[in-house]
Amino acid sequence: MSVGFRIDYLQLLSPSGELREAAEEAGWNADVLRSLYQAMTRTRVFDAKAVALQRTGQLGTFASALGQEAIGVGTAYAMHPDDLLVPSYRDHAAQLLRGVTMAEILLYWGGDERGSDFKNARRDFPNCVPVATQVAHAVGAAYAFRLRKEKRAVVCFIGDGGTGNGAFYEALNMAGVWKAPVVIVINNNGWAISTPRARECAAETLAQKAFGAGVEGRQIDGNDVLSVYKAAQQALEKAREGDGPTLIEAVSYRLGDHTTADDATRYRSPDEVKEAWTREPIGRLRAFLAGKRLWDKEKEDALQRRCAREVEEAVATYASTPPRGCEAMFDYLFHSLPASMKDQLEEARRFDPVRRNGHG
Amino acid sequence: MAELTLVEAVNRALTHEMERDEDVIVLGEDVGVNGGVFRATNGLLSRFGGDRVLDTPLAEGAIAGAAVGMAAMGLKPVAEIQFSGFIYPTIDQIVNHASRLRNRTCGRLTCPLVLRSPCGAGIHAPEHHSESPEAMFAHIPGVRVVIPSSPARAYGLLLASIRDPDPVVFLEPTRLYRLFREEFADDGEALPLDTCFVLREGKDATLVSWGAATHEATAAADALAREGIYAELIDVATLKPLDFETILRSVQKTGRCVIVHEAPKTGGFGAEIAARICEQAIYSLLAPISRVAGYDVVVPLSRLEKQFMPSVERIASAVRTVMENS
Ligand SMILES: Cc1ncc(C[n+]2csc(CCOP(=O)(O)OP(=O)(O)O)c2C)c(N)n1
Repeated sequence: MSVGFRIDYLQLLSPSGELREAAEEAGWNADVLRSLYQAMTRTRVFDAKAVALQRTGQLGTFASALGQEAIGVGTAYAMHPDDLLVPSYRDHAAQLLRGVTMAEILLYWGGDERGSDFKNARRDFPNCVPVATQVAHAVGAAYAFRLRKEKRAVVCFIGDGGTGNGAFYEALNMAGVWKAPVVIVINNNGWAISTPRARECAAETLAQKAFGAGVEGRQIDGNDVLSVYKAAQQALEKAREGDGPTLIEAVSYRLGDHTTADDATRYRSPDEVKEAWTREPIGRLRAFLAGKRLWDKEKEDALQRRCAREVEEAVATYASTPPRGCEAMFDYLFHSLPASMKDQLEEARRFDPVRRNGHG
Repeated sequence: MAELTLVEAVNRALTHEMERDEDVIVLGEDVGVNGGVFRATNGLLSRFGGDRVLDTPLAEGAIAGAAVGMAAMGLKPVAEIQFSGFIYPTIDQIVNHASRLRNRTCGRLTCPLVLRSPCGAGIHAPEHHSESPEAMFAHIPGVRVVIPSSPARAYGLLLASIRDPDPVVFLEPTRLYRLFREEFADDGEALPLDTCFVLREGKDATLVSWGAATHEATAAADALAREGIYAELIDVATLKPLDFETILRSVQKTGRCVIVHEAPKTGGFGAEIAARICEQAIYSLLAPISRVAGYDVVVPLSRLEKQFMPSVERIASAVRTVMENS
């Protein structure tokens, strides 16, 4: 038996916006292409605003997805509404397509739990901050679908750094054994805070980690939204058909800081970032669309205006959402508050500094 | 003498000890080029090189486990866990291995490691960045749990922890990292472990706290002094093993005790101290012991953080109540 394996690299749209011939034949629908483009742009406009809000003290720490819009957008675009998203903390590109609102995302990073009480996407998991722990949730959820013979699949995102964590290996292994209908997407943005990809793992690709778990592993250009969409679509279809899990390594680059609490200039060179900008996902699709006369300056201006307006509305909603009272800490702790905790609730009320001073 | 913040004090202690003892090595996520997300390890990589300052993969369980292996082979690893919300995977290694290696091997192998981590709320951090896990570690036999509450004590206690021949969990209150400066000499003098610090003498009540809560306890003591109530102020510093003698002596003198901590009340370390007072000094008490603690709730996101933290007002009120009840 051969123990050799190969990890192919899927790229349909080149950094300069040329579609490979085979892909051209695949016949991309113009509406789909424009939708993907618009969704990525919407994410980027939102992202820039969120960072600006943080810089002016109006938002807590925020994890931007600048440069990685294609991963979330391409994947979520391939999902069915009743598939399930199990995100990490940098996945608002996908969440926005799942129906999570911008105002909710702002509330979450602004320090309000209601930001995870999605009005839409009611089944999707909230952000997961402890790295890699979410993968097991995805596998468990996928098992539930399989057991109930529901044709649904789960998408789980994880960062490159996260794949060095035991929780990732354990869950991936379990996904293989259970043939769980799950698609685990590695958002390989090259860095885990200050730790470069080469210091996270000695393997040539992260996709090959699937091999040890008996799972299919693929590596794709994560800055090419068409590759992401195609690979996710295939993997999701396979999962829904009962043919098991897939691990997709989407290779991208984090153009911004790790979070607004980080300063990436401490550990990486401006040249590296500058070079990465030549490969970013939005420009290349715009170049392609423009080349095919599917996009122009007028459309772009209109899109930018639409996104800006949506973002402004979300900011207004966020800013005008009054904080909850201290009761909220207790209200959602258990289904109903244990009698023994009523004293603590009373104490919290009595000493609520906001209520005492009349302001927050 | 230098005026340093708590995080700078940690940095000085690490630098001093790495200079003095080449077995000391630092490992953790982003501790190298980045100098740690809070800059506690700033400058160590350029000074001591990549063999002694290790940026690890993102794997807390393996960080703690590798530290056990290093320590057993004669190194003195100081492992950083970036935030205490991510420290839980290390508990497996600490409880099942670090804390009992000496015992299991009748002293043949030992485990002189330090596990450092910021802890506590109050800095408007995201989810899972604000936990206070001290009681979980203090429950483990064979491990020391140390929490400094000032720059000078962070410096002296960290030196002592690195030099200690047994595993130490060293929790650093994030809220105090840059809250104030304190003057002390960077002379390599350690402070004693397993010893409470009496920060202020008083006759009316004993205020016992540790870590960041010490700050509010001090402010409460100030406010009470203006009302003519004089609280004796104790910084526990080493939770485990506990210097109960110092607390006992104080409670026997004042007859009243209020224990303050940020971690949830139920099963918190305050319960341990209260139980010991009941066992050994109940007849000295003029009023029931009171605990001011975090509520038994999930640490809320930043918008409700203020409502969660034990405030100066809550502490002062608890002291007034024990005064009235006696
Ligand atoms: C278990 C755990 N350890 C540490 C952290 C602190 N931390 C947050 S993000 C991060 C780096 C993650 O890098 P990667 O998985 O590559 O994802 P990225 O943030 O680059 O998208 C670290 C160390 C955490 N959130 N969870």
